[in-house]
Amino acid sequence: MLAFTLKRFLQLIPVFIGATLLVYFLVFATPGDPISALSGGKPMTPAVESALRAQYNLDQPFWVQYGLYLKNLVTLDLGMSFSGQEVRDLLARAFPVTARLAVMALAIEAVFGIFFGVIAGMRKGKAFDSTVLILSLIVIAIPTFVLGFVLQFVVGVKLEWAKPTVSGGATWGELILPAVVLGLVSFAYVLRLTRTSIIENKQADYVRTATAKGLSRGRVINVHILRNSLIPVVTFLGADLGSLMGGAIVTEGIFNVPGVGNLLYRAILKGETPTVVAVVGVLVIVFVLANLIVDMLYALLDPRIRYA
Amino acid sequence: MVQNSEPKPLLEIKDLAITFSTPDGPVNAVRNANLTVMPGETVAIVGESGSGKSTTALAAIGLLPSNGEVSAGQILFDGEDISKASEKRFVELRGNHIGMVPQDPMSNLNPVWKIGFQVKETLKANGLAGSNPKQRVAQVLADAGLPDPETRMNQYPHEFSGGMRQRALIAIGLACRPRLLIADEPTSALDVTVQQQILDHLDTMTSELGTAVLLITHDLGLAAERAEKVIVMYKGQVVESGPALELLRNPQHPYTKRLINSAPSLAAQRGDKHEMAVDEVVAEKSEPLLKISNLTKVFDIRKGFGRKEKFTAVDKVSFEIPKGTTTAVVGESGSGKSTIAQMVLNLLDATSGDIVFDGQAIGKLSERELFKYRRRVQPIFQDPYGSLDPMYSIYRTIEEPLRIHGIGNQASREKKVKELLGQVSMPASTMHRFPNELSGGQRQRIAIARALALQPEMIVCDEAVSALDVLVQAQVLELLDELQRELGLTYLFITHDLAVVRQIADNVCVMEHGKLVEQGTVDEIFENAKSDYTRNLLSAIPGASLI
Repeated sequence: MLAFTLKRFLQLIPVFIGATLLVYFLVFATPGDPISALSGGKPMTPAVESALRAQYNLDQPFWVQYGLYLKNLVTLDLGMSFSGQEVRDLLARAFPVTARLAVMALAIEAVFGIFFGVIAGMRKGKAFDSTVLILSLIVIAIPTFVLGFVLQFVVGVKLEWAKPTVSGGATWGELILPAVVLGLVSFAYVLRLTRTSIIENKQADYVRTATAKGLSRGRVINVHILRNSLIPVVTFLGADLGSLMGGAIVTEGIFNVPGVGNLLYRAILKGETPTVVAVVGVLVIVFVLANLIVDMLYALLDPRIRYA
Repeated sequence: MVQNSEPKPLLEIKDLAITFSTPDGPVNAVRNANLTVMPGETVAIVGESGSGKSTTALAAIGLLPSNGEVSAGQILFDGEDISKASEKRFVELRGNHIGMVPQDPMSNLNPVWKIGFQVKETLKANGLAGSNPKQRVAQVLADAGLPDPETRMNQYPHEFSGGMRQRALIAIGLACRPRLLIADEPTSALDVTVQQQILDHLDTMTSELGTAVLLITHDLGLAAERAEKVIVMYKGQVVESGPALELLRNPQHPYTKRLINSAPSLAAQRGDKHEMAVDEVVAEKSEPLLKISNLTKVFDIRKGFGRKEKFTAVDKVSFEIPKGTTTAVVGESGSGKSTIAQMVLNLLDATSGDIVFDGQAIGKLSERELFKYRRRVQPIFQDPYGSLDPMYSIYRTIEEPLRIHGIGNQASREKKVKELLGQVSMPASTMHRFPNELSGGQRQRIAIARALALQPEMIVCDEAVSALDVLVQAQVLELLDELQRELGLTYLFITHDLAVVRQIADNVCVMEHGKLVEQGTVDEIFENAKSDYTRNLLSAIPGASLI
């Protein structure tokens, strides 16, 4: 297990370099000149312009630019944004907000998805199951931005149960509504996945044997069906944590959440390479770490899997 | 344990009918079934799959599938009608009044919990864990004959062999000292010697505890040997019942007679043999088609942190198969017999030694020569549910090898498929159907037709009839026999079932732990076995004491 974890951490290095290189290149190759965007299209003296180019290393060829970026990265210097802020500081402010949002969304989809999935699975074909299936299909079919605006309007503006937008502080309470919107589609997937898995496992021979031992129905479900059914669900949740962090752009936009998604969106528009690469790099690390945790949870849930 | 001085039945099933609701309407799985189990008595229900024997037993413990229900009759347990009992009442009864030992030890233990946990929760659920549950668990496991229970209880099912898992399941079934134990084919997935040990142990335990046993089995020989009373079920009805020996010696119903005739264990004990295709004299004279010499296969087993261990699965095995004969390779699981089959089929490379087919060493074949070799040697595998592609129609399944080897055109291939289906006694209309529409025996016929499509000279049958019911098994063996006679086929027949060997083989190789311990003609082996191991295997065939 230790060797396995270590190996996976070492794998992070090439994955990180590969991802940042790709993103760096994409931003580099994007048409449009970042310096003229910076000045807002107003004319600049050649002296100022070349000074700015030199400051952001934009006068260097691609490989030199990327090499300098990596060199600075080792000393945790992520570069400066065009507005003169350290990218490190921008990230430090935005990342916790998005992380909070994503974790809340993940918790909502996991708890409710598994709970309703188990009930639907155990009552396959009954009214509850059919209703839940149809509702989840509707949720999956409607795009997030539609759901987001509708919930914002109904819950936030009409019913006034929650604030329709998020303040700069982005407290836990303010993030509940955005987290529900962000987690809703995945909630439907978790529900369906759990349901299918439960239906499959409840027919297993060992479940019948567990019942034959004289165990109560509740114990059979919780101890013998649920744990075995969670294996595919956990895989999905792990991979989803990464997508939630990266996919928060739309939700963050609707609710004006000062998170990574907002930061990334604005940086892409401005062609601000250091910010884009840093944000994507962090997301890559989150993604890889989430998958590592999934693999370790696997071994916990299923003792047949041994990492040697 | 049980103090029943008056002869009151423990379980009495009266006019029981069980109905399953299916998309095609209700199906009567059991009709008018009657049976009585007295306290401490062992009663066996015998029948083929689909006869309703398991369904009847499951109804007695309230474990019918959700689409099944008792539609008529009574199930009296100790005088109480439980045929319509609530789930709550069944939770009370299960475990400490009615226990169960299920069929397949591989799938009946939850893979994610330790063995000890699974025993402990049984004791706890029935309030019998006591003040020191760990000690109780160890005791229960030890009683079931599991060696070193303190260590074993901390292991997971996948660390156990099949026999050990079945012992754990017996421990669970008997942990709460039930008055009735339902044993649903408790050993049919196990090797014959392990089966004997386990059944002996079950006998001892149940007679010590005074437990009555309802034994479900498809093997009449086994039923007659282990039970006082035998009930024969056929298509959901009890066709015959009575004291075991009487029923065996003087069967009344034609179905019982058929069962007795085709039960391999009984046939083997009688020394029955199908008339073999090839005259024994011819067999001895004919050229060896396959010659195996010093065949060895060593596997590397990963032990973690890059450590490896060598495991010799097949150890310097040599034998020959004369053209047009059947050689059976017998042994328990882990003896290396299937590894030999895979090397002969060139699905695995040999570590050393030679396999020479018709004068050609198959280890040294080029890609093209190997392709030609595959045309001459075809396999039939054990599990007809797993070896046919569920998404392929029967036509496509049988036609595929012809297409791959570029034989004929569309029209001639279709004709050939029809011909092959005829050869295995299946109607030509079968070719538009899919595997899930066929029974196990029919699927195995399709697998045989597929194997015959390329007109091979040799067929490797890897446990080809082990998954089938006795009657179907007899039919398939007969078919293989006929085909050998007609087409002069050579069979390499891999099996763990010595009883089947007697029916089909000319020559026998007995394997243990990768080594060939004995070989000879089938009569030599059965009548004059040299090694202790072979004699053990032979004496473990059920029904030995009956004939």
